[in-house]
Amino acid sequence: MSGFEPRVVAFLCRWCAAAGADLAGTNRLQYPPHAIPIRVNCSGRVEPQWVVEALKAGADGVLIGGCHPGDCHYVVGNYKTRRRVYLLRKVLEEMGIEPERVRLEWVSATEGGRFAQVMAEFVAELKRLGPLHEPGGPG
Amino acid sequence: MPETRARIGVFVCHCGKNIAGTVDVAKVAEQAARIPGVVYATHYEYMCSDPGQALLKRAIREHRLTGVVVAACSPTMHEDTFRKAAEEAGLNPYLVEIANIREQVSWVHSGPAATEKAVRVTRTMVAKVQGNRALRPAELGVVRRALVVGGGIAGIQAALDIANAGFDVILVERSPSIGGHMAQLSETFPTLDCSQCILTPKMVEVARHPRIRILAYSEVEEVSGFVGNYRVRIRKKPTFVDPSKCNLCGECARVCPVRVPNEFDRGLSTRTAIYIPFPQAIPSTYTLDVQNCLGILPLRCGKCAEVCEAKAIDFDMHEEILEEEVGAIVLATGYELYPKEAMAEYGYGTVPDVIDGLEFERLLSASGPTRGEIRRPSDGKVPKEVVFIQCSGSRDPEHHKPYCSKICCMYTAKHALLYRHAVPDGQAYVFYIDIRAGGKDYEEFVNRAMQEERILYIRGKVAKVFREGDKVVVWGVDTLTGKRVEVRADLVVLAQAVVPSPGTAELARKLRVACGSEGFLREAHPKLRPLEALTAGVFLAGAAQGPKDIPESVAQASGAAAKVIALLSAPKLAHAPEVAEVNEELCSGCGICAPQCPYGAISVDEVAHVNEILCEGCGTCVAACPSGAMTFRNVEDEQVLRMVRAALEVADVGV
Ligand SMILES: Cc1cc2nc3c(=O)[nH]c(=O)nc-3n(C[C@H](O)[C@H](O)[C@H](O)COP(=O)(O)OP(=O)(O)OC[C@H]3O[C@@H](n4cnc5c(N)ncnc54)[C@H](O)[C@@H]3O)c2cc1C
Ligand code: SF4
Ligand code: SF4
Ligand code: FES
Repeated sequence: MSGFEPRVVAFLCRWCAAAGADLAGTNRLQYPPHAIPIRVNCSGRVEPQWVVEALKAGADGVLIGGCHPGDCHYVVGNYKTRRRVYLLRKVLEEMGIEPERVRLEWVSATEGGRFAQVMAEFVAELKRLGPLHEPGGPG
Repeated sequence: MPETRARIGVFVCHCGKNIAGTVDVAKVAEQAARIPGVVYATHYEYMCSDPGQALLKRAIREHRLTGVVVAACSPTMHEDTFRKAAEEAGLNPYLVEIANIREQVSWVHSGPAATEKAVRVTRTMVAKVQGNRALRPAELGVVRRALVVGGGIAGIQAALDIANAGFDVILVERSPSIGGHMAQLSETFPTLDCSQCILTPKMVEVARHPRIRILAYSEVEEVSGFVGNYRVRIRKKPTFVDPSKCNLCGECARVCPVRVPNEFDRGLSTRTAIYIPFPQAIPSTYTLDVQNCLGILPLRCGKCAEVCEAKAIDFDMHEEILEEEVGAIVLATGYELYPKEAMAEYGYGTVPDVIDGLEFERLLSASGPTRGEIRRPSDGKVPKEVVFIQCSGSRDPEHHKPYCSKICCMYTAKHALLYRHAVPDGQAYVFYIDIRAGGKDYEEFVNRAMQEERILYIRGKVAKVFREGDKVVVWGVDTLTGKRVEVRADLVVLAQAVVPSPGTAELARKLRVACGSEGFLREAHPKLRPLEALTAGVFLAGAAQGPKDIPESVAQASGAAAKVIALLSAPKLAHAPEVAEVNEELCSGCGICAPQCPYGAISVDEVAHVNEILCEGCGTCVAACPSGAMTFRNVEDEQVLRMVRAALEVADVGV
C-alpha cells in the first residue's frame, strides 16, 4: 500500500487527550500529521453516529481520546464512551468494516509522549489496513 | 440557515516564527478566504498582541463579521483573549473559535503536510463557527455564607479569615473539639514555642466570633447544588450535655465508672465516658460518648446526671440533621498517621515501647499523661536511650507509601532536642535516609539538633526492631560507614508517614472532588491552582491536600479563604452557557438521559429539562438520547458532522 496516506478524524476530550496533544506540541514531539483533531468537552459527548458519518465521509479511521478510567473530568463520561465504542465496533464488524479503524485511547494531560505514540501507531495500523474507500470514493 | 447570512473572518497568526516558521500562513489565509461564508481572511505576526487584537476588532466592525476563527495557539492559551476582544467590538464572544495550528500543527509536523493540516484544522473550525449561536452566560446569585469542614489549624484559620471579611461561616468538626492535631503537640519547630499557647487564642477567637457557628461532633452527610448555591446536610451527634448549662466543674467525669483509651493522648492514658478532650477544648463543654456509656438510664448507671448541679446533662438529646445553604466550601480535614498495624517490621503495635511521633508529643506535653516527663509506656521508666526512626512508612514504594511526608525530619529534630532537655543524661539516636529541611530557619534548626551532644544522627535504614527483656533492640545499617548498627534502646519513636484522615475519600465523593493516588484531596492544578478543587466553589486547606506543617497549612488556609471571599463578594456568578439543551418537540420523555448525568442536572416530566446551572457540559446525555432531542449548545450534531466533512474534504488544499 505504498503511497497510501490515511485520512483520520480524532475526537479529543479537552481535559485529557487534547491537553496531552498540546503537551506533545510544547515538547515538540513529531508525529504523523494525518489526523484532524476535533476537540470535545468529554469523550462521553462523542456519538457513535459521528464516527459512522466520519467513516462515510472519507475517513479511514477515527480516534477517540479521553481521560484514563477514573480521571474523567465529568466523573464517568469515559466509561459510557468505552461501552458505546465497544458496541459500535461490533456493529462495524457486522458491516464488514475492520473494527480497528475505530480506536479509543486514554491519554492524560501529562502524556504528551503517549499522544504522539498513539498517533504514530494508529496511522501505521491504518496504513496496514489500507484505504476504507475506493479511490475517488466519498469525501 | 445561518450560513447564508454568515460573514466569517479568519485570522491566521504567525506567532513569530512558531507557526510561520513551519506553516505557510499566507496560504492558510488564502485557502480560508475561498470557503463559502468567509468574507475576510488575513494573517498577522502576533494576533494576541495589542495591535493584533485591534486588527481583529477593526475587521469585525468594518466587515460586519458574524463569526471569527483565529488560527493560532491552543484555545487554552488565548480563547478568552480573543473572545473578550470580539465582545468589545460588538460580536458575541461565543461566535469566536480558535483553530489550534501551533501545539497541534506547527510544533509537531513539518513540510507541506503541516500547512495542509493547518488548512484543514482552520476549515473545520470555520464549519463550527457557521453553526454557532450567540449565547449569554447564565447568571446566578450567591449564598454569602461558607462552610469549612475540619477544625484543625487550617480550618480555624480559613474560618477566621472568611468571618473577618464579614461572611458567616459554619465550621463542621467531627470530634468534640476543634484544634486538630496542633492541640496535641508540645512545642513547635523551628521556634519551639508552645503549641497550645499559640493555638488557644485562635480557638477562643473562633468561639467568640459572632459570624462563626461551630458544629462540633458533626459530620457532613450530603452535599448537593453547585458553586454559590450548595445545600449541605450536616449530622450533629448528640453530646447529651447542654453546653450553655455546663460550667465545666467536671463532677460528672469524677463519678463516671468507665475507663476507655483517651484518643487525645493517643491511648497513653484513659478517659471516662463523659469527658472533655482537653481543658482548652472548644466548644467548652463535656461530651457523653454514648458508645462507651454504661447506660444513661438511672437503672444502668446515670451517675453523671445525679451529680451535675447545673442540670446540663440531657439524656433525651437526639441526633440532629441540619440543612444549610452555603456559597463556598473549604475542605480542611487534615491528616492521620500511618496505622500501627502496617509497621510490623518495626514492632509497632506489638512492642509497647515503640510509639509514634504524636504519642511522643503527648509524652512531651506539660498537660500530657506524664505531665511532660518522658516516661515510657510499658513500665513508666525514664528512657535513657531513645531511637528515633525517620521515614517510617514514607519513601518506601515497595512496602509502604512512596512519598515524603515532609514534616518528619523537622519534628524528629525537635523531638531529639526536647528529649535532651527533658532527660539531660539521655542519649538520642536518629536514623535517617537524608535530611529535608527546606523551610525558613529549618536547616539551622536541624543543624542545632545534629550538633547537640548526645544526639547521634545515623544515616541508614532500620531493618528490624524487636523486644528483648526490657529493651527494644534496633538493628540497622549505617550507610555512610557500611557498618551494622545495633542499639539497645529503652524507647523507639517512629516518624510515621502522614496519610489522609480516615473518611477523606468518602467526603470527596460526596462533594465530587477528586483524590490523588495516595488519597489526599487533589488540587485543580498542581502548580497554578493549588488552593481549589476542580469542582467550582470547593477549596482546599492544610494537610488534607498533602503533608504540611503548621505555617504551610495556615498559609494555604488564608489563600483558600481569600478565594472564598472573592467568590462570596461577587455580585453574580456567571455560568458558561455551552451546556445541554432539550428540544422539547423531539423529546419523548423516555428519561434515558437523566441517570446518565453525573450532576443530576436533568429532570423529566412529560419532557426532559436541563438545569442550566447544574449542567457542567460533558454532553454524555446528548450522546445517550435515542430521539436526538438532547442537544448541546454550539456543539450540535449537525455542526460536528459539518466539521467532520470539512476536515476530510478532498478538495484541493492548495499545498
Ligand atoms: C508528631 C508530629 C509533630 C508535629 N510537629 C509540628 C511542629 O512542631 N511544627 C509544625 O509546624 N507542624 C508540626 N506538625 C504538623 C502539624 O500537625 C500539621 O501541620 C497541622 O496539624 C495540620 O493542620 P490541619 O488543620 O491541616 O490538619 P489537622 O490538624 O489534622 O486537623 C484536621 C481536623 O479536621 C477534622 N476532620 C477530619 N475529617 C473530618 C470530617 N470528615 N469532617 C469533619 N471534621 C473532620 C479532624 O478531627 C481535625 O480536627 C507535626 C505533626 C506530627 C505528626
Ligand atoms: S433521552 Fe432524549 S428523549 Fe429521552 S427524556 Fe432525555 S432528552 Fe427526552
Ligand atoms: S451535558 Fe452532562 S452535565 Fe449537562 S445535563 Fe447532560 S449529562 Fe448532565
Ligand atoms: S473529560 Fe475526558 S473523558 Fe470525560
